[in-house]
Amino acid sequence: MNDTYCRWCGTAVVEHPDVACRRELDPPRFCPECGRRLRVKVHTAGYEAACRDHGDLLD
Amino acid sequence: MPDVPVSLTPKVPAEIRDRLTPEAARAAIRAAGVALLDERRQLSLDELAELADVPDSAVPALAALAHEVRLEWCGDTVEVEGILSAKTGGCPEDCHFCSQSAKFESPVQAMPFLDTADVLAAARETAALGATEFCIVLAIRGPDERTMDRICELVPLVQDEVGINVAVSAGIVTEAQAKRFAEVGVHRYNHNLETAESFFENVVTTHTWAERFDTCQLIREQGMELCCGVLLGMGESVDQRLELIGQLRAVDPAEVPLNFLNPRPGTPFAGLPLTEPLEAIRWISLFRLGLPSVILRYAGGREVTLRELQALGLTSGINALIVGNYLTTLGRSPEEDLQMLSDLQMPIGALSKAI
Repeated sequence: MNDTYCRWCGTAVVEHPDVACRRELDPPRFCPECGRRLRVKVHTAGYEAACRDHGDLLD
Repeated sequence: MPDVPVSLTPKVPAEIRDRLTPEAARAAIRAAGVALLDERRQLSLDELAELADVPDSAVPALAALAHEVRLEWCGDTVEVEGILSAKTGGCPEDCHFCSQSAKFESPVQAMPFLDTADVLAAARETAALGATEFCIVLAIRGPDERTMDRICELVPLVQDEVGINVAVSAGIVTEAQAKRFAEVGVHRYNHNLETAESFFENVVTTHTWAERFDTCQLIREQGMELCCGVLLGMGESVDQRLELIGQLRAVDPAEVPLNFLNPRPGTPFAGLPLTEPLEAIRWISLFRLGLPSVILRYAGGREVTLRELQALGLTSGINALIVGNYLTTLGRSPEEDLQMLSDLQMPIGALSKAI
């Protein structure tokens, strides 16, 4: 992943602490391209995450 | 990657209690078994309080009794439910555990009410997993007219098109609103007490425990099944957990979802520690022993709290679970849960409160 921003805390990756804040049971919450909060729909068997400017987040 | 909270530093020291001796614990567990299985009577809160202090080494024996009580009072069926956050975030309330409050800086972006197509798709997905209950959840203080109309339009639609029982969680309601929900066929209404009355002001300041209690009463008065959950691990004491069990008896719910705090970034409770797995099993057992006839459901936080001990909850009094994802967090895969139930030889089906 060549993300500019952390998907879980929104911090710029270059300023990100060494300890990863990714949680396996959290969907991504921030756009990896611009760091804005994602619009996330969580449902029983999946989730969809989208940025207003950068569209659907694909893994 | 390990699923660890951002901070593991406890803010509150663990409560130190005097434990029973192994002999006294065995005697207390035996006496509880006689009461619940032979005499088939509910334990007094004093009897329950004694069980709360069995030593860690006696927790498996406590759990074994809770399992027997569940089988005797409720049978071996497990009820599977799916939930959907149909309106996420932006909530005016300040429940300190919740990532959907507008009062805290949370990574959760507020989302408007989902389209009908999204709700129907989620319900179908839930039913396809064998679930018999689908709960539409809204992050609101209580429903306004427009929200009432949307919910009342969705409930019969989901029921007719998907053929699943529909539950709703939409906060504090008036008598007229409760009546309307009953009329459109809401099978179960969720409204949690969350915690003991004496601890509530540490958790929520924007409404009172009494307001929650009143909504619970209204739901039952209108003939809907009441689903009234709790959240353990917010810093409440052992006595307050016991107090909560007594208060649940007073609202007499059909179902009690048992949540364990999964500390959420940005919330006031972000830095609280997770409940220890064996402690979680102790309290699952105590909730079953205190509420022998309720549908006791595994809810949020079980994956991070219990880890490898998740199957143990199903033999400690749990007889229902939320499958798949939660409101803003993800669950483990539905296949893992369905495999667990199959391995435990517990059939899946709909439950109602045992008499």
